[in-house]
Amino acid sequence: MPRGYAGKFLDVDLSSEKIEDIAFDDEILKNYVGGRGLAAKILWDRLSEEWETVDPLGPENIFLALTGPLTAIYPGARVCISGKSPQCNGIIGSTTSSEFPSELKCAGYDGVIVTGKAESPVYILITDDKAEIKDAKHIWSKEALETIRILNKEVRETLEKRTPNVGKWKEPGLIYCGPAGESRVRTAAVMTKVSHAAGYGGYGAVMGSKNLKAIVAKGRKPLPDVVSSGAVKLLWREVDRRFSQRDRTWPSAWGTGYGGYEVGARSSSEPVRNWQEEWHDEKSFGGPKFDFRYWVKRYWSDFNCSGSCMKLAIIKTGPYKGTFTDNPDYELEAYLGPNLGIFDPGECIYMSALIDYLGFSGINGPNTLAFAAELYQRGILTKDDLGFELKWGDVEGFEALARKIVRREGIGDVLAEGTYRAALKISKMKKVDVTKYAVHVKGVEIGAHGTRSGQDYRPAGYACSPQCGDHTSGVYDAYQDMGMVFLDSAVICSFVVDWQYLWDYYRAVTGWDTTEEEWNRVLGHRIIHIQRAALLLGGPDIKWDPTVHDDNPPRYYEPLPSGPYKDKTTDRKAVEEMKKQYYEAIGWDERGIPKSEVLKKLGLEDVDRLLDKLRL
Amino acid sequence: MAWIIRDYLRCSGCRRCEIACSLHHEGKMWPEASRVRVFMLVPGVEIPHLCAQCHDYPCVSACPVGALSVSDETGAVLVDKEKCTSCGLCIDACPGNIPFLHPGDSKAVICDLCGGDPQCVKVCQDAKFNALWVVRTRRGSFNKKLFAQTPEELTRDVATNLYGEKAEELI
Repeated sequence: MPRGYAGKFLDVDLSSEKIEDIAFDDEILKNYVGGRGLAAKILWDRLSEEWETVDPLGPENIFLALTGPLTAIYPGARVCISGKSPQCNGIIGSTTSSEFPSELKCAGYDGVIVTGKAESPVYILITDDKAEIKDAKHIWSKEALETIRILNKEVRETLEKRTPNVGKWKEPGLIYCGPAGESRVRTAAVMTKVSHAAGYGGYGAVMGSKNLKAIVAKGRKPLPDVVSSGAVKLLWREVDRRFSQRDRTWPSAWGTGYGGYEVGARSSSEPVRNWQEEWHDEKSFGGPKFDFRYWVKRYWSDFNCSGSCMKLAIIKTGPYKGTFTDNPDYELEAYLGPNLGIFDPGECIYMSALIDYLGFSGINGPNTLAFAAELYQRGILTKDDLGFELKWGDVEGFEALARKIVRREGIGDVLAEGTYRAALKISKMKKVDVTKYAVHVKGVEIGAHGTRSGQDYRPAGYACSPQCGDHTSGVYDAYQDMGMVFLDSAVICSFVVDWQYLWDYYRAVTGWDTTEEEWNRVLGHRIIHIQRAALLLGGPDIKWDPTVHDDNPPRYYEPLPSGPYKDKTTDRKAVEEMKKQYYEAIGWDERGIPKSEVLKKLGLEDVDRLLDKLRL
Repeated sequence: MAWIIRDYLRCSGCRRCEIACSLHHEGKMWPEASRVRVFMLVPGVEIPHLCAQCHDYPCVSACPVGALSVSDETGAVLVDKEKCTSCGLCIDACPGNIPFLHPGDSKAVICDLCGGDPQCVKVCQDAKFNALWVVRTRRGSFNKKLFAQTPEELTRDVATNLYGEKAEELI
C-alpha cells in the first residue's frame, strides 16, 4: 500500500448489512488518487454497464465518501462525496471541509462505499479498523443541531463504555443528511458541522434514499505514514507560513462573505432576484455589517487549516434571536440575500441557518426558492398554489416554502425535484414555458458567479464542465483545469493550497513520481472523460444532448438591466468559440462526445465502447 | 516558569497544535496522541485541553508507582513510561481529567511543555490566532489549577459566552 493512505476502504451493503474491508491496487490509486478521481473510477467500474437505468435515488446507486492521500496531512482537510448524481445523472465530486476525513483516516479507512438501502433509518459507526450499522430512528427527521448533539453524546458514551479508563473521549467526526436529504430533495447536501455542506450533486438525497442518516468516525490511530516524514514536516509548516504571508483579507480576516457586496457592486455578477439582475450597491449588505454586529468568532477553521474562512455568526436580538451558524460565505450570502431580494444581514444569516439546519445545499436549494419567487412575481405560481404569498425579501414566505419542500407537500413536492425538473413539471402544469427562468446547467443550479458582465466567470465555463453548475470547477482550458481535479482527488482545499509546493508535498507523502505535466495531460483527462461519459449516458429520467445542453441557461443571454454593465450580456459567439476550443483541447468531437482515438490512447477502451451508442 | 495561556474564544479549532505536538513527541501526525487535544463538543466551541500545572499536582500524588514527577526546570509533569502501569488514577485525580492513556502504548500522556519551548504555541502564533501563548509565571500560583477543568465544564462556559441562552440547547 502506498504511503499517505490508511490502506483500506469500507464497503457497506445496507440491504444485506454486509460490511467488508476492501483495497484497491496501487496502480488504480496512483492513476485516480482518491476523492473525485477514484469516485469516477469506482462508479464506472461498478455501474457503467447499466448506467442509464440506475436510479440515483434507488438502492442500486452507490454513495461514496472518499478522502485522498493528502487529506488531513496537507493543510485544509476535506472529504469528497460522490455517486450517481440525482441532479445531473452523471458523476460529481462534491467536497466539504470537515473533521470527518481526519477521523476516518485515523480509524484506518480511506473512504466509505455504501450500496443498497437499509430497512429503517441507520447510521454507520466507524472506529479503529471496524464498523457497525446502528439504529438511527431516534435522529431521523432531526435538524442539524439536534443531530450533532445526539450523535456526539451517544457515540462518546458508547466508546467510553467500550474502552473506559483511557481518559476523556473526544467527539467523533460526522457527515449526515438533514430533513431535506431524508425527503430525497434533489438539492439536499451532505452536511457536516452544522454549516458545512457538500452541496453540488444532491448527495444528501442519496443518503436519504438509503435510509442512511449519518456516517460517524472516531479513530485513535495516527494519520497514515508518509514516505519522507522530514520533508513533510518542513512543508507542512512552510506551506502554512507562506499562506500567512499572503493577503489574508480573504479568506482569513473577512471570509468570503465580503463578496456579498463586492461581487454585486464591483463585478456585477451576483444573483439578484433569481438572476434578473446581477448588480446591487447595497452597502447595508456589506461585509462589516455582518462582521461587527453578528460575528462572535472571526477565525473558525477545520482540521489542519489555519485559513479560517469560516466565521461564527449569531443573532442576539430580535425575532431571530439565538440563530447561529457559520456566517454565510459569499455563495450563501448571495443566494440567501440578494437573490431572494433580502438585503438585511440578520435576515440573510437567519435564512442561511435555516437552510443549513434543514440540510439543503445553500446554493442549489435557495436557487429553487428564488425560481419559485420569480414565478410568483410573474403570476404563474399563485397564493393558491403556495398557500401563502411569496414576495421578494419575504423571510417568512421563503421559510414556509423551504419547509414545504422538505415535507414534499403540494407545490413543495414539485420544487423538491430541483429547479430544472420543477421547471419541466410546472411548464406542463401551467401550460407555459418556465424553463427560461431556471438558472442551472444540466440540472445543477449555478453558483453565485455570473458571466454577463464579463468581469467574473468565463462564457462557457459552466457549459463544458462535467460538474455542470459547480462554481469551483468551471472550465478554463484543458490543462490548468486539471489542477482543481487534482485537489478534488487528493481531497484538499483550494483556498489554502500552495501551488508551488503542491507536487513536492505529494511526492513527499506518497513517494510517487507523478508530475504536474502528466497529471494535467493524462491522468486528469481520464477523470474528466469518465465524468463526461457518465453525464452523457445519463438516465433514467433525464438525458442531455450536448449540442443543446452544453450551454448557459437562457437568463445568461438576457441583457443586464442595471449597473455599470447595463445592457451587456453573455456573447453567444464567445461561448461557441470557447466551447470549440475546449472540445478540441480535451479531445471531444464537434458534438461534444469524447473521441474514440483519444479514449483509446488514454486506455479508456471501455468508456469508448459504451459511448459508441451516442455516436450513431 | 513557562505557562501556556489558553484563550478558548480565540481557538479556531484548526488543531494544528495537535499535529505540532505529535510530530514533536511521536515523530508523526497523531492527533489522539497529542498532549494538547482540542475538543469540539458543540460546533464552534473549541477547547484546547492540556495540563494546567496545578500548584499541588494532584496527579503526581495520586500515582501509586511514582511514575509522575515534576520538572524542577519547567514545572511540567514528567511521565516515566517504564514505571507507568496504565492504571488511570492520574486521570481521575486531575480536576479536569486532562491526562489520558496513549492510544499506542497505553501509558499516561501529560504535557511536558516541550522542555519550556512548547511546539503547539508556535503554530498557533504562526496562524496569528494567539489562542495559546507562553507567559512566564510564578511557581505555586493557585490560579493555574482553576484551568484544570473538564472539557464539558469548559464547553458549557464558552458556549454560554458565545451563544447565550441558546447554549443550553446545544450541550
